[in-house]
Amino acid sequence: MDFSTFLIQLLNALQYGLLLFLVASGLTLIFGIMGIINLAHGSFYMMGAYMAFSLTALSGNLLVAVIVGIALSALIGFLLEWGLFSRLYKRDHLDQVLLTYGLILIFEELRSLIVGDDVHGVPIPELLSASIQLSETLSYPVYRLFMSGVCILLAALMYWLIRYTRLGMMIRAGSSNREMVQALGINIDLIYRIVFGLGVTLAAFAGILAAPVSSVYPGMGNQVLIICFVVVVIGGVGSVWGALVAALLIGLTDTFGKVIAPDYAGLAVYVLMAAVLLWRPEGIFRRI
Amino acid sequence: MEQGFNRRRFLLSTAGIAGGLALPGAPLFAQSANKIRVGLMLPYTGTYASLGNAITNGFKLAVEQSGGKLGGRQIEYFTVDDESDAAKAPENANKLIKRDNVDVLIGTVHSGVALAMTRVARETKSLLIVPNAGADEITGPLCSPNIFRTSFSAWQPAYAMGQVMAEKKHKNVVTLSWKYSFGEQSVAGFKEAFEKAGGKVVKEMYLPFPNVEFQPYLTEIAALKPDAVFVFFAGGGAVKFVKDYDAAGLKKTIPLYGSGFLTDGTLEAQGDSAEGILTTLHYADGLDIAKDKAFRTAYAMAFRMQPDVYAVQGYDAAQLFAAGLAGVGGDVTKREGLVAAMEKATIDSPRGRFTLSKAHNPVQDIYLRKVEAKQNKVISVAAKALADPARGCRM
Repeated sequence: MDFSTFLIQLLNALQYGLLLFLVASGLTLIFGIMGIINLAHGSFYMMGAYMAFSLTALSGNLLVAVIVGIALSALIGFLLEWGLFSRLYKRDHLDQVLLTYGLILIFEELRSLIVGDDVHGVPIPELLSASIQLSETLSYPVYRLFMSGVCILLAALMYWLIRYTRLGMMIRAGSSNREMVQALGINIDLIYRIVFGLGVTLAAFAGILAAPVSSVYPGMGNQVLIICFVVVVIGGVGSVWGALVAALLIGLTDTFGKVIAPDYAGLAVYVLMAAVLLWRPEGIFRRI
Repeated sequence: MEQGFNRRRFLLSTAGIAGGLALPGAPLFAQSANKIRVGLMLPYTGTYASLGNAITNGFKLAVEQSGGKLGGRQIEYFTVDDESDAAKAPENANKLIKRDNVDVLIGTVHSGVALAMTRVARETKSLLIVPNAGADEITGPLCSPNIFRTSFSAWQPAYAMGQVMAEKKHKNVVTLSWKYSFGEQSVAGFKEAFEKAGGKVVKEMYLPFPNVEFQPYLTEIAALKPDAVFVFFAGGGAVKFVKDYDAAGLKKTIPLYGSGFLTDGTLEAQGDSAEGILTTLHYADGLDIAKDKAFRTAYAMAFRMQPDVYAVQGYDAAQLFAAGLAGVGGDVTKREGLVAAMEKATIDSPRGRFTLSKAHNPVQDIYLRKVEAKQNKVISVAAKALADPARGCRM
């Protein structure tokens, strides 16, 4: 592998890792702060991708899909927390797994009813459809660079939100001691609702963003869910910073694994997970 | 209680009567003994639904064209949606064979499901005609006197492409496909012909089905700078691959080849990115065959849409079965005569006439096609009367 190819593969790895972070950060927030194992998180990602497809088909514009999609998924997240998840905080993990697994089935059936079972593509918006010549044979699609840019921006935004804002402070406090925060007169229920809505929206947004480069197909949510749990486990439960590092590590392992030993690429990520867990059984980072 | 019981009984008895009326083939009716029972086990929902419908349409068109009869006898259909789910395949096949008592089983699209059907057909010695699934095993190690195929084996179009690419003086080639049996068999067929003719496959790459994140592979292809690329993808994945290949700027520098599924039923979505791609398949647009023109007109009249390769395969499944029935005067119980007549048949297919190999797979022309103005235009015959090697078949 020559140097320029290496750089381009690095770019591929970065882009994949950042997208993974976007989905996994919501999962780790919900898990770390509210203590909920949410198996339906991948379904939110799928929901976003199908929203991107349907809304783009209706309006002819991905930007409309992004705006309407974010608003819709935030609303759905809010309603789900209010109607279902708020009842789960004090239940044990088995109940949570049962309910969220049920949600996966419901989401798949709804998708089948509303959009059908076909595989769809979403066109890349005109403005971002160009390619940049990176080596003599290879051009790199601008849309992928754009995706990475958006992900970096969001990661920075989340860091700022959790580290430096009042809301972030309350979220951090709520994750370690719910009763104490409540006793201080802070509306913890509302905070949970916001965190959950944020998690759902991040996953759905990742789905919308990914739709033009990874087609939209039934069961896509479950594929991403598994790898997201790997991210959370490697990064440390509840750590957004850890999710970022883990997602990038997985991006690197997966991309270079595919190229160097294509036959074992599927395995590489899990070998990485095993290695990290031997070294640090609780993941690389702990907590927010 | 009393009332509920009555209503339940009432419902049951009405349902029984309605069922009897809706199924004139129930053994109650005397003429039913004369009907031929055809079991269609195909995907009618899911990713492959349109393929299942095309096969069904093709089959029924052939029956209609011979006056609604095969071998002089009326046809009765029994249909099961196989959902392309291999786990449900044995149960679905058994339902048609044991409960509905079908005389012939037609199915299916997905290779995994078809393999399960093949095993059931072998055990129960039922007559099976496969109208699409290309798994090499069906007319290879699993071949049987009662199992026929009217489509192709995975090996066939890929092998023909290996010859074509060697003739085009490509020396070093990279292959890319999904890692599941059909993809691997396609690459193996391609490699066999290509390396025999002096070419070299410098790298074989696979990604899990139905993964469509091609970017690292495209970067690798650009780095390896092969003379050409051979791929197997189909459906949504094929659409995405062809567009990504173009977006990565590779289309201009490294020619892309594949077996026909890459550009069949996907051209509308692929747009300009697909223009000029060469593929091989046993069917093409613009074939100068009288039978094809008549077939296309009849199909368009009957179903208000253009036929595709799947419709052709369904049509030929009916033609093959009809040839067998003609040999025994419509008496399906004469199995040996039926099979012998099917084996000897020459099918006048829209794709061109074909016969069957000893392993019951079509011995057919494989066409080289080029994408032009959203059609897979035939440019030449890549392999004349190509027979599958049927490795492992003992019959």
